Amino acid sequence: MELSALAFYVVAGVTLVAALGVVSARSVVYAALLLILSLVMTGLVYLLLLADYLALIQILVYGGTVSILLLFALMLTPPETRPELNHRGWALGAVASGALFVLLLVSSLADKWPVAGAARHISLVDLGRALFSTWAVPFEVASVVLLVALLGALTIARSTTPGSKIAPRASA
Amino acid sequence: MVPIEHIMVFTGALFCIGVYGVMARRNAVLVLMAIELMLNAVAINLVAFGTLVYPGQINGMVFAIFVVTIAAAELGLGLAIVLRVYRMRSSINVDDIDLMRW
Repeated sequence: MELSALAFYVVAGVTLVAALGVVSARSVVYAALLLILSLVMTGLVYLLLLADYLALIQILVYGGTVSILLLFALMLTPPETRPELNHRGWALGAVASGALFVLLLVSSLADKWPVAGAARHISLVDLGRALFSTWAVPFEVASVVLLVALLGALTIARSTTPGSKIAPRASA
Repeated sequence: MVPIEHIMVFTGALFCIGVYGVMARRNAVLVLMAIELMLNAVAINLVAFGTLVYPGQINGMVFAIFVVTIAAAELGLGLAIVLRVYRMRSSINVDDIDLMRW
C-alpha cells in the first residue's frame, strides 16, 4: 500500500472517531474540541487529495474562525440541565442515519466510477484564474452573500429588549 | 491514490454521523456543529471527484470553496439566531423553540 493511501485511512479513521465524539459527547466543550479535530483532519484529507489551497482555507476558516465562534456561542449560552440526548430523536436519528448510510454504501459501491488516469495537482494560479474568469459571477455573488450574512447576524444578535445587560443605544 | 469508492464510503459515514447529530441533539449549538460535519462531508466528496475522476479540471475545488463560504455564512447567522432565541426564551433547547409552529 502506498504511503498516501495509508495516510488517508488513518486520517479518515481519526475524522470519523472525532465526528462520533461530536455527536455523542456529554460535555458541549468536548464536542466543540472534537469538532475542531475533525475539521482539521478534513483539511489533511484535502491535502492528500492534492487540493493544498483548500486545505489552507479549511484550517484557516474552520480551525480558526468557526471554532472560536462556536466556543464563544457555547460560553454565552448555558449548558443543558436536562439530559443532552433527545430520547425521541435518539432512536429515530440512529435508524434514519443508519438507513441513509446503507443506501449511500450500496449506491457508491454499485457502480464502477470512471477514474481517469493519475491525479494532477492544480496550481493556485489556475484556481485564481478560474475563480475570476469562469466563476466570476458566482464568486461575486458569494461575496455579497457573506456581506449580507454578516449584516444579518449583527442585526439579529444585537440586543433590543429593555432590561438586557447590553444596551444597544440610548432609549428614546 | 485511494480508490474513489473508499472516499465515498468515508464521506457517506461522515454525512450520516452529521444526520444523526442533527436528529439526536437538543442543544442548538450542537445541532449547528452536526450541520458543519455534513457540509464538510459534501465538500470532501466534491474535491475527491474533481481530483480523481476529472483530473486537471478545477470545478470540484471551486465548488468546495463555495461550500466553505456558505458554511461560514450559515454558521454566523445560525449562532446569531441561537443567541437571540436564548435571550427571548432563556433556552437553546431546540424542542423549546416553537415560536413559528402553527
